[in-house]
Amino acid sequence: MSIPLQLTVNGERRDLVLEDPRVTLLDALRERLQLTGTKKGCDRGQCGACTVLVDGARVNACLALAVSHDGARIETVEGLARGEALHPVQAAFIAHDAFQCGFCTPGQIMSAVGLIREMRAAGETAVDVERVREGMSGNLCRCGAYAGITEAVVAAAQTEDAA
Amino acid sequence: MNLFEYIRAGSVAEAVAAGALPGTAYLAAGTNLLDLMKGGVAAPARLVDITRLPGLDGIAVAADGATHIGALVRNSALASHPHIAKTYPMVAEALLAGASAQLRNAATTAGNLMQRTRCPYFYDTASPCNKRRPGSGCQAVGGATRLHAVLGHSPHCIAVHASDLCVPLAALGAVVEIAGAGGTRTVPLGEFHRLPEDHPERETVLEPGDLVTGLILPAEAAAFAGHGRYLKVRDRTSYAFATVSAAAALTLDGDRIGAGRLALGGVAAKPWRVAEAEAVLAGAAPGADAFGRAADALLAGAAPSGPANAFKIELARRTVVRALTLAQAGTPARMPALPASPFARSAGALHA
Repeated sequence: MSIPLQLTVNGERRDLVLEDPRVTLLDALRERLQLTGTKKGCDRGQCGACTVLVDGARVNACLALAVSHDGARIETVEGLARGEALHPVQAAFIAHDAFQCGFCTPGQIMSAVGLIREMRAAGETAVDVERVREGMSGNLCRCGAYAGITEAVVAAAQTEDAA
Repeated sequence: MNLFEYIRAGSVAEAVAAGALPGTAYLAAGTNLLDLMKGGVAAPARLVDITRLPGLDGIAVAADGATHIGALVRNSALASHPHIAKTYPMVAEALLAGASAQLRNAATTAGNLMQRTRCPYFYDTASPCNKRRPGSGCQAVGGATRLHAVLGHSPHCIAVHASDLCVPLAALGAVVEIAGAGGTRTVPLGEFHRLPEDHPERETVLEPGDLVTGLILPAEAAAFAGHGRYLKVRDRTSYAFATVSAAAALTLDGDRIGAGRLALGGVAAKPWRVAEAEAVLAGAAPGADAFGRAADALLAGAAPSGPANAFKIELARRTVVRALTLAQAGTPARMPALPASPFARSAGALHA
């Protein structure tokens, strides 16, 4: 079985052929396109380490079949920085010490970018800390850097170009 | 995960024809199905991808005021839809109290109805389970049962349906639209899920090939917009299934209740709605007395399915009273930052 698949990843068209329909979007990104910034944590939709944006919305890439996403527009952590200039959410994670081991960080950052977009789409101008905590609950951090993560997301949400 | 044949359906008729073959499952977002397949709990020979079916991703209001919700509308899109948020606020609140933002962005309306139980013994393929392997027995009975059913359970299965969305939908009298080999039919959501009885593997009224194409919220459900709340009690404040949840809605007619709608989640294999409980509310003076009597009527016949879940009966009773108290106070103008949470600052709850 060979299944042709076309994705737009970080603005670039990528064509691949899957030999098996079982390939998840996560494995397609990591194993086929060598974009290993997106992490495989639980692989069961519980930890959020695999969070990417699909057609602008954050999802768990481990619970998405690649074949079902033919033609989709994917954004991963590799696509955030502009050259040497970090994305405001990335910069905020460093400024607020929002990680320890760093394994969950790409998922946290992509989730934060998605959350900030969601809040702006809903016209939520004031950033509520409780809303941020709730909105980030799909991303677990085993090091327990939640205090810094929350601070970073609140700070980034107040910068203009964070979405 | 087992190898499967992948078919992308181009029309509902094509999907229904392919779906009728034994061993076939419909794939929408797959947030539950892929998890089950990775764990070996589900092993379909064929997946029919319905995500490209035209016309199933919209929300439309009919001339008579009924709202049609397409099967493929994502949970997040449904919750943020202005008409849904304004007219059926407890539907939006329940959606936002469920899963995580990532899952809500993917999971679909019909998928929410079709999700399987989160009973740990159903997930553990080393355990007997009458849902997973009919006739093999139930390891949950006599096991760790803290989150299991207290209503409608049988000696063969004590699992609960995990949906938040289905609870307010049941309370509001939503109707499920189903396409099958014989055409399209509708079934009230309250009759869509089956209680386990002797056949826990039969979870819904769907026949092979049947495809849920949408949901209809009847026009009269809009009357509860001003006084509708969903309250969810859980072990974590966010991203956890309900220990017990309640959807409560009222119309107020001066100092009396006009009509009440009430359903419980996390207590049975289906959202639990009882006509007698709503009859108690109709015409009564709103307050602790009527709310308590309605809760008692809703929980009539409740019995623990294990010693560890006896507490859920009293918890459910209190959750119903509190949800009705919140509903009486009125739907908040803004969705609380912690939707449906008893810890929400804006919930106006009585910490009695």
